[in-house]
Amino acid sequence: MFSDWQFIAIFVVLSPIFPLLPVAVNRLLGPQRPNPIKQETYECGIETVGDTWVQFKVQYYIYALVFVVFDIEAVFLFPIASAYNQLGLFAVLEVVLFVVLLATGLAYAWSRGVLEWV
Amino acid sequence: MSFGILEFLKSLIDLTVFDYMRGVWGDQRFVEPVLDLIGALVVSTFCLLIVIFLIWLERKVIARMQDRIGPNRVGGKFGLLQTVADVLKLLSKEMITPAAADWWPYNLAPLLIVIASLLMWAVLPFAPGVLGVDLNIGLFYVLAVSSISVVSLLLAGWGSNNKYALLGAYRSIAQLVSYEVPMILSLLVPILLASSMSTIDIINAQTVPFILVVPISALIFFISALAETGRTPFDLLEADSEIVAGFHIEYGGMKFGMFFLAEFIGTLFMSGLFATVYLGGYRLFGLEEFVTGGGWALGRLLGLVVFFIKMFAVYFVFIWVRGTLPRFRIDQMLNFNWKFLVPLTLALVLMVAVVEKLPFMASLGDVSRAGVHLFANLLLGLVTLEILRRFARKQRMAQEEKLAARAAVNSGSEPGNLAPEAVAAH
Repeated sequence: MFSDWQFIAIFVVLSPIFPLLPVAVNRLLGPQRPNPIKQETYECGIETVGDTWVQFKVQYYIYALVFVVFDIEAVFLFPIASAYNQLGLFAVLEVVLFVVLLATGLAYAWSRGVLEWV
Repeated sequence: MSFGILEFLKSLIDLTVFDYMRGVWGDQRFVEPVLDLIGALVVSTFCLLIVIFLIWLERKVIARMQDRIGPNRVGGKFGLLQTVADVLKLLSKEMITPAAADWWPYNLAPLLIVIASLLMWAVLPFAPGVLGVDLNIGLFYVLAVSSISVVSLLLAGWGSNNKYALLGAYRSIAQLVSYEVPMILSLLVPILLASSMSTIDIINAQTVPFILVVPISALIFFISALAETGRTPFDLLEADSEIVAGFHIEYGGMKFGMFFLAEFIGTLFMSGLFATVYLGGYRLFGLEEFVTGGGWALGRLLGLVVFFIKMFAVYFVFIWVRGTLPRFRIDQMLNFNWKFLVPLTLALVLMVAVVEKLPFMASLGDVSRAGVHLFANLLLGLVTLEILRRFARKQRMAQEEKLAARAAVNSGSEPGNLAPEAVAAH
């Protein structure tokens, strides 16, 4: 069991090399002549106006909230699914109840107009 | 057992080289870590090199679909070395960090996204016994690691301090986060059928490939894989004609190349995962199990070839879709997910869970169980189509009414502008 994760651990330690190596080679081969105009923000050709880091559309936030609900649902459903052939009728009913509850949540969000892009 | 160069080469062709090295080295403490290290190196190098081929393939196939020739100058008649030339060009570019950028997020993003797309390959089986590691939570691990790319897209968009980049990042988060839900839920169905999250167990459970057992789940997974890798028709996170290039607008040289690399590795991985979970992976009617101890057995190699054929077939469909469909709008993209895919996937999971536990299912064999599931799936598909048909009909009626009303107003105020026959023809 623990030795399974040894490979993952080695892979995690090793993997940064693969993106770092080409970037380092690029750094060595490419010219380095920075100047202020080159380093300006690239937008439409005219100079950028105003601050970029401003408040964003609340819709993104609401979608993220709905996502969190379903993500947590998935965390609970995965163990049930992977032991499904050992479960009895009661467990099946529980799963059905659980999914129906979440579907009700989605239906509620839908009916309240949360899922409308405005 | 001592080291022999001939046996070593033979084990290379058999794809049993790791077992051979274990035999040579015995059970010393350093053996497993060293083999793991070699395995990780091989998988990563494979990913980096295959991308060069994938980019060439994609450009060539798309060109053919659009009635063009595609790359045909560098490296002979078929332009085989075009991508190599592109890589060399990227390597010789100046690396620019915009003055306004936030240094750490800006430079961390290209690294993280490549690391995430490499780490996913750890659990993908290429051939019997040829995989990084058979984790008992394999698919869960894949989903967990693939979520890291969301973070790196946000880092890139926010760190660039560019309005287009930030818009692209918002779109990416909304899209990736949304489509993760149907992806997770559709992967639940094969897990439920195989009663395991390990990729090997899922392959072993596929006496009948799961695409023939639960085709709707396969379709939903394919659509959400398109969205998760940000490919057409879901490429609005980089939409070059709307927000220039989205989150990677401020990147140049190899840092930009890293985003490209991650996208291609991710797409190929999704094809591989689809082949593993729904097409039976390396299985070919049991022929791939033909690995004997001393004899000259090519079972693993056969499995590898079969897996690659399946993976590239799915990859071709990815390219095909790109050559066929136009891009969605963001509200269409989100509506399609939350109002169609998610309810459908929930219904599918419920249905498969109930069908699997029907009283008569326990006494049936593998194939007849698959038949029952297929029947239930087709039924669900028919019901879905009928609901869609009614919905589309209602929309069309509303549209026609609106048109008719407008035409009536027009003909009232400006007679002769639109003849009654033309209105009727609508």
